[in-house]
Amino acid sequence: MAQKRVLMKGNEVIAEAALRAGCRNYFGYPITPQTEVMHYMAKKMVQIGGNFVQAESEVSAINMVYGAAAAGARVLTSSSSPGISLKQEGISYIAGAELPAVVVNIVRAGPGLGGIQPAQGDYFQATKGGGHGDYRNIVIAPASVQELYELTVEAFNLADKYRMCVMILGDGTLGQMMEPVAFRDVEPIEVYEKPWACTGRGERKEHNTVTSIYIDPDVLEAKNRELQDKYAVIEKDEVRYEAYGLEDAEIVITAFSTCSRISKNVIRQAAEMGIKVGMIRPITLWPFPSKIISDTAAMPNVKAFLDVELNAGQMIEDVRLAVNGQKPVYFHGRMGGNLPTQKEILDKIIEIHNGGNN
Amino acid sequence: MAIVFQPTEGLTKKPLHYCPGCNHGIIHRIIAETLVEMGLLDDAIGVASVGCTYNSYEYFSCDFVQAAHGRAPAVATGIKRTHKDKVVFTYQGDGDLASIGTAEIIHAAARGEKICAFFVNNAVYGMTSGQMAPTTLLGQVTTTSPFGRDASYQGYPINVSELISNLTGAVYVERVCVTDYKNIMNAKKAIRKAFEVQLSGKGFAFVEFLSTCPTNWGKDPIEAMDWLKEKMIPQYPLGCFKGADVDFTKSDDNEEVKA
Repeated sequence: MAQKRVLMKGNEVIAEAALRAGCRNYFGYPITPQTEVMHYMAKKMVQIGGNFVQAESEVSAINMVYGAAAAGARVLTSSSSPGISLKQEGISYIAGAELPAVVVNIVRAGPGLGGIQPAQGDYFQATKGGGHGDYRNIVIAPASVQELYELTVEAFNLADKYRMCVMILGDGTLGQMMEPVAFRDVEPIEVYEKPWACTGRGERKEHNTVTSIYIDPDVLEAKNRELQDKYAVIEKDEVRYEAYGLEDAEIVITAFSTCSRISKNVIRQAAEMGIKVGMIRPITLWPFPSKIISDTAAMPNVKAFLDVELNAGQMIEDVRLAVNGQKPVYFHGRMGGNLPTQKEILDKIIEIHNGGNN
Repeated sequence: MAIVFQPTEGLTKKPLHYCPGCNHGIIHRIIAETLVEMGLLDDAIGVASVGCTYNSYEYFSCDFVQAAHGRAPAVATGIKRTHKDKVVFTYQGDGDLASIGTAEIIHAAARGEKICAFFVNNAVYGMTSGQMAPTTLLGQVTTTSPFGRDASYQGYPINVSELISNLTGAVYVERVCVTDYKNIMNAKKAIRKAFEVQLSGKGFAFVEFLSTCPTNWGKDPIEAMDWLKEKMIPQYPLGCFKGADVDFTKSDDNEEVKA
């Protein structure tokens, strides 16, 4: 049961959640706006006898993650957009070698060095691969500090269950905001045996190897098929979303994380004006909740979708694929580190309600 | 009949894919033998790199992790921090360690990471067909220095052992070669000492092996050995750059706290 609530910053909660999930290895490199994850780990991880290493680069940090994961550990790294770009090489290797790891991206505005304010411009990078090769990461988008806690713990379970990288996709707002969080007495840690891990041969007859290279095309294709089979299971079993007021909605907002919170307030305002607005908030960005969006698009009461993002329109591509032409999909986005105001979104809803232009 | 030579259990039975006259086979063998002789085979975790030895995990019979190009010291850091009681070593070539992986090797050494790095320097990129490496000698012809390495155009070779030995965290640094029996025995001693350093918990150990690449040097195996002795050793002198006088098997009063 939930205990007393404490006021904590999002980034610190990520670190605390990782420790509670049994993670004893953190490797990172400073970058705004996620550094509090590091600061918290630098202190707490050492106090409990875990490993904290400030690496010389994000590239090195993700390869330390690769090593610790190959050795069988629960392991975390965190960064923000430009740093996550540097980690993509390692994330691809983690996918190829099928290693469990949790990577946090507290997204800031890009491209390039961009800015340090919140954004969602890394949606494509997070959900479509990011590094080289045919692979997926499970991508989780919490919308509150409480969710940052619960879903970070869950991320470690999913990483071990499927032997893959799970990315927590937050943004500068979520990482920096303070909210009350209620910690559980006992965490729902799922324990998975790791007989494949490189722990030293010990009593084993055969030596273990962790690798992502398969020179023979047939062997590599078979390996790729195994990965795709695994991803198909995840698409079937691990989709998470929050649906809100769909049953009588005229307009359905699709938004994740910070944008979903702003949108929720707008839904109340619209209701006061007699416009019924619902929302589908993807919690897993991959696997994407396509079915609920597709089913909602087929509902006669639903006239249109409005996708709200902190980018030029990225998730909207997946929304449109799911809607599949059944209803129009409108967009409102802000970039550069700006957030949409409730009024902006409400104006867009009124425009759509009045028959708006796509 | 007395057995005078037999396969080491430190290596698998898989035939090596290396070219005739390449020194990787000898270096694999003496690392594997040393692990067995020191009773470390069951506790060892190796890290393979990118290059001709990308699949050295198929030859060594201890646990092995294959790393991205240049990243082996970072991967080894993650492994060693997870299993502090195991013996962790990297096996890297000169393109891997001295070019794309300079940051990783320098910082692993600077942190005094309790690992061993075995660095095989053959002055050329082998796997990708003989391009110029940071260690390529001045005047040496390669596929990307077809007129010979020109210092005014392509800069100078990097002497990695000398560089690493300047870092406080690196407590043992030695350069060896395996051109003949005497040098092979000396190289084996260096490997043993590197593992002793790791067992002592005193810091980072680095052994550089000068090595041949007959295929990409365009020489037969004998010529390649001679070229190594005549050309490489003047640029890369053999010897111990750090920790020569220290017996790492003995603990002293000021021993650092083990990681």
